[in-house]
Amino acid sequence: MRVTVRLFARLRDLAGSGELVREVSGPATARAVWQNLVGEFPALAAYEDSMSVAVNADYARIEAELADGDEVAFLPPVSGG
Amino acid sequence: MPLVAIADRALDVGALAQELAADGGVGAVATFVGLVRNQNAGRRVRYLEYEAYEPMAVRVLERILREAEQAWPGTRVAAHHRVGRLEIGEASVAIAAVSAHRGDAFAACRYTIERVKQILPVWKREHFDGGDVWLEGAAVHPDDEGARESAHRIACA
Repeated sequence: MRVTVRLFARLRDLAGSGELVREVSGPATARAVWQNLVGEFPALAAYEDSMSVAVNADYARIEAELADGDEVAFLPPVSGG
Repeated sequence: MPLVAIADRALDVGALAQELAADGGVGAVATFVGLVRNQNAGRRVRYLEYEAYEPMAVRVLERILREAEQAWPGTRVAAHHRVGRLEIGEASVAIAAVSAHRGDAFAACRYTIERVKQILPVWKREHFDGGDVWLEGAAVHPDDEGARESAHRIACA
Protein backbone atom coordinates (compact mmCIF):
# COMPACT_ATOMS: atom_id res chain seq x y z
CA MET A 1 0.00 0.00 0.00
CA ARG A 2 0.99 3.61 -0.42
CA VAL A 3 1.24 6.23 2.33
CA THR A 4 2.13 9.90 2.32
CA VAL A 5 4.72 10.83 4.93
CA ARG A 6 4.79 14.39 6.30
CA LEU A 7 7.80 15.76 8.16
CA PHE A 8 8.06 19.09 9.93
CA ALA A 9 10.68 21.51 11.22
CA ARG A 10 14.04 19.85 11.85
CA LEU A 11 12.80 16.44 10.69
CA ARG A 12 11.98 17.99 7.33
CA ASP A 13 15.44 19.55 7.15
CA LEU A 14 17.11 16.23 8.00
CA ALA A 15 15.18 14.35 5.32
CA GLY A 16 15.43 17.16 2.79
CA SER A 17 11.69 17.04 2.10
CA GLY A 18 8.47 17.64 3.99
CA GLU A 19 6.36 15.24 1.97
CA LEU A 20 7.31 11.80 0.71
CA VAL A 21 5.22 9.05 -0.83
CA ARG A 22 6.30 5.57 0.20
CA GLU A 23 5.20 2.03 -0.58
CA VAL A 24 4.96 -0.23 2.45
CA SER A 25 3.90 -3.86 2.55
CA GLY A 26 0.64 -3.94 4.49
CA PRO A 27 -0.56 -4.31 7.11
CA ALA A 28 1.93 -1.80 8.43
CA THR A 29 2.12 0.40 11.49
CA ALA A 30 3.40 3.96 11.77
CA ARG A 31 6.42 2.43 13.48
CA ALA A 32 7.26 0.39 10.38
CA VAL A 33 7.12 3.52 8.22
CA TRP A 34 9.34 5.35 10.71
CA GLN A 35 11.87 2.51 10.74
CA ASN A 36 12.04 2.54 6.94
CA LEU A 37 12.56 6.30 7.03
CA VAL A 38 15.38 6.01 9.54
CA GLY A 39 16.98 3.46 7.21
CA GLU A 40 16.74 6.01 4.43
CA PHE A 41 17.74 9.05 6.54
CA PRO A 42 19.84 7.80 9.48
CA ALA A 43 19.98 11.27 11.11
CA LEU A 44 16.28 10.88 11.98
CA ALA A 45 17.21 8.21 14.53
CA ALA A 46 18.04 10.99 17.02
CA TYR A 47 14.28 11.63 17.24
CA GLU A 48 13.31 8.01 17.99
CA ASP A 49 12.30 8.83 21.58
CA SER A 50 11.03 12.39 21.18
CA MET A 51 8.94 12.43 17.99
CA SER A 52 5.14 12.27 18.01
CA VAL A 53 2.96 10.62 15.39
CA ALA A 54 -0.17 11.80 13.60
CA VAL A 55 -2.31 9.82 11.19
CA ASN A 56 -4.55 11.83 8.86
CA ALA A 57 -3.84 14.99 10.88
CA ASP A 58 -4.81 13.57 14.29
CA TYR A 59 -2.45 12.50 17.06
CA ALA A 60 -1.94 8.74 16.95
CA ARG A 61 0.18 6.09 18.62
CA ILE A 62 3.28 4.74 16.94
CA GLU A 63 1.60 1.31 16.90
CA ALA A 64 -1.33 2.66 14.83
CA GLU A 65 -2.19 0.46 11.84
CA LEU A 66 -2.13 2.38 8.57
CA ALA A 67 -4.47 2.02 5.63
CA ASP A 68 -3.74 2.58 1.96
CA GLY A 69 -3.73 6.30 1.23
CA ASP A 70 -3.17 7.41 4.82
CA GLU A 71 -1.08 10.47 5.64
CA VAL A 72 1.32 9.72 8.47
CA ALA A 73 3.22 12.61 10.04
CA PHE A 74 6.24 12.53 12.33
CA LEU A 75 6.49 15.57 14.57
CA PRO A 76 9.53 16.80 16.48
CA PRO A 77 8.81 18.29 19.95
CA VAL A 78 6.50 21.26 19.43
CA SER A 79 7.51 24.85 20.12
CA GLY A 80 4.50 27.04 19.46
CA GLY A 81 3.49 30.06 21.48
CA MET B 1 -14.05 35.83 12.73
CA PRO B 2 -13.32 32.14 13.44
CA LEU B 3 -12.60 31.24 17.05
CA VAL B 4 -9.57 29.21 16.02
CA ALA B 5 -7.12 29.96 13.24
CA ILE B 6 -3.61 29.42 11.98
CA ALA B 7 -2.97 32.81 10.44
CA ASP B 8 -0.31 34.32 8.20
CA ARG B 9 -1.30 37.88 9.08
CA ALA B 10 -1.08 40.07 12.18
CA LEU B 11 -3.18 38.80 15.11
CA ASP B 12 -5.82 40.94 16.78
CA VAL B 13 -6.64 39.83 20.32
CA GLY B 14 -9.10 42.70 20.71
CA ALA B 15 -11.18 41.39 17.83
CA LEU B 16 -11.18 37.91 19.39
CA ALA B 17 -12.35 39.36 22.71
CA GLN B 18 -15.02 41.41 21.02
CA GLU B 19 -16.30 38.39 19.14
CA LEU B 20 -16.68 36.43 22.39
CA ALA B 21 -17.97 39.30 24.54
CA ALA B 22 -20.85 40.19 22.23
CA ASP B 23 -23.04 38.06 24.51
CA GLY B 24 -24.44 40.27 27.31
CA GLY B 25 -23.84 37.57 29.94
CA VAL B 26 -20.08 38.08 29.80
CA GLY B 27 -18.63 39.85 32.84
CA ALA B 28 -14.91 39.22 32.32
CA VAL B 29 -12.44 38.96 29.47
CA ALA B 30 -8.92 37.61 29.97
CA THR B 31 -6.43 37.77 27.12
CA PHE B 32 -2.94 36.50 26.47
CA VAL B 33 -0.64 37.60 23.66
CA GLY B 34 2.76 36.00 23.06
CA LEU B 35 5.37 38.28 21.44
CA VAL B 36 8.63 37.63 19.62
CA ARG B 37 11.48 38.54 21.96
CA ASN B 38 14.80 40.05 20.90
CA GLN B 39 16.93 37.62 22.91
CA ASN B 40 16.81 33.96 23.87
CA ALA B 41 19.31 31.71 25.66
CA GLY B 42 21.98 34.38 25.43
CA ARG B 43 21.50 34.88 21.69
CA ARG B 44 20.43 38.06 19.93
CA VAL B 45 17.32 37.06 17.99
CA ARG B 46 16.80 38.66 14.57
CA TYR B 47 13.43 37.12 13.76
CA LEU B 48 11.43 33.90 14.13
CA GLU B 49 9.94 31.67 11.50
CA TYR B 50 6.86 29.67 12.52
CA GLU B 51 5.61 26.57 10.80
CA ALA B 52 2.42 24.59 11.49
CA TYR B 53 0.89 21.31 10.40
CA GLU B 54 -2.14 23.37 9.61
CA PRO B 55 -5.15 21.03 9.42
CA MET B 56 -3.94 19.23 12.51
CA ALA B 57 -3.17 22.47 14.35
CA VAL B 58 -6.71 23.74 13.76
CA ARG B 59 -8.15 20.52 15.18
CA VAL B 60 -5.80 20.59 18.16
CA LEU B 61 -6.75 24.22 18.90
CA GLU B 62 -10.42 23.20 18.78
CA ARG B 63 -9.67 20.37 21.18
CA ILE B 64 -7.85 22.68 23.61
CA LEU B 65 -10.76 25.13 23.60
CA ARG B 66 -13.21 22.29 24.30
CA GLU B 67 -11.03 21.13 27.20
CA ALA B 68 -10.91 24.63 28.69
CA GLU B 69 -14.63 25.19 28.26
CA GLN B 70 -15.38 21.85 29.93
CA ALA B 71 -12.97 22.50 32.80
CA TRP B 72 -14.53 25.94 33.49
CA PRO B 73 -18.19 25.63 32.49
CA GLY B 74 -19.64 28.85 31.16
CA THR B 75 -16.32 30.08 29.75
CA ARG B 76 -15.70 30.51 26.04
CA VAL B 77 -12.27 30.70 24.49
CA ALA B 78 -10.78 31.76 21.15
CA ALA B 79 -7.17 31.24 20.03
CA HIS B 80 -5.21 32.21 16.92
CA HIS B 81 -1.60 31.27 16.13
CA ARG B 82 0.65 32.95 13.58
CA VAL B 83 2.83 31.24 10.98
CA GLY B 84 5.54 32.60 8.69
CA ARG B 85 8.26 35.13 9.41
CA LEU B 86 7.68 37.23 12.54
CA GLU B 87 9.74 40.25 13.48
CA ILE B 88 10.69 41.24 17.01
CA GLY B 89 7.64 42.50 18.90
CA GLU B 90 5.07 40.81 16.65
CA ALA B 91 2.38 38.62 18.21
CA SER B 92 2.82 34.88 17.68
CA VAL B 93 -0.26 33.74 19.60
CA ALA B 94 -3.45 35.47 20.77
CA ILE B 95 -5.93 33.98 23.22
CA ALA B 96 -9.13 35.43 24.65
CA ALA B 97 -11.33 33.81 27.29
CA VAL B 98 -14.63 35.16 28.53
CA SER B 99 -16.77 34.22 31.48
CA ALA B 100 -19.32 35.66 33.88
CA HIS B 101 -16.53 36.23 36.43
CA ARG B 102 -12.80 36.94 36.29
CA GLY B 103 -11.53 33.78 37.97
CA ASP B 104 -12.75 31.39 35.32
CA ALA B 105 -11.71 33.70 32.47
CA PHE B 106 -8.12 33.95 33.78
CA ALA B 107 -7.92 30.19 34.41
CA ALA B 108 -9.29 29.20 31.00
CA CYS B 109 -6.91 31.63 29.27
CA ARG B 110 -3.87 30.33 31.18
CA TYR B 111 -4.87 26.71 30.60
CA THR B 112 -5.17 27.35 26.88
CA ILE B 113 -1.64 28.75 26.49
CA GLU B 114 -0.19 25.93 28.61
CA ARG B 115 -1.87 23.34 26.36
CA VAL B 116 -0.74 25.21 23.23
CA LYS B 117 2.83 24.85 24.51
CA GLN B 118 2.30 21.13 25.15
CA ILE B 119 0.48 19.82 22.10
CA LEU B 120 -0.08 22.35 19.29
CA PRO B 121 1.80 21.12 16.18
CA VAL B 122 3.65 24.40 15.58
CA TRP B 123 7.42 24.94 15.48
CA LYS B 124 9.62 28.00 15.53
CA ARG B 125 13.01 28.45 13.94
CA GLU B 126 15.04 31.12 15.64
CA HIS B 127 17.24 33.24 13.40
CA PHE B 128 19.89 34.86 15.55
CA ASP B 129 23.17 36.72 15.01
CA GLY B 130 25.37 33.99 13.57
CA GLY B 131 22.93 31.24 12.66
CA ASP B 132 19.56 29.63 13.10
CA VAL B 133 18.11 26.78 15.14
CA TRP B 134 14.79 24.95 15.37
CA LEU B 135 13.50 25.26 18.93
CA GLU B 136 12.03 22.10 20.39
CA GLY B 137 9.84 22.02 23.47
CA ALA B 138 7.25 19.46 24.50
CA ALA B 139 6.49 15.98 23.18
CA VAL B 140 3.19 15.19 24.85
CA HIS B 141 0.28 13.06 23.64
CA PRO B 142 -2.99 14.99 24.13
CA ASP B 143 -4.49 12.06 26.05
CA ASP B 144 -1.63 12.15 28.57
CA GLU B 145 -3.57 12.86 31.78
CA GLY B 146 -0.48 13.94 33.71
CA ALA B 147 0.23 16.74 31.23
CA ARG B 148 -3.39 17.86 31.27
CA GLU B 149 -3.44 17.95 35.05
CA SER B 150 -0.21 19.91 35.05
CA ALA B 151 -1.74 22.55 32.74
CA HIS B 152 -4.81 22.62 34.98
CA ARG B 153 -2.71 23.10 38.12
CA ILE B 154 -0.80 26.00 36.55
CA ALA B 155 -4.10 27.57 35.44
CA CYS B 156 -5.42 27.46 38.98
CA ALA B 157 -2.24 28.61 40.72
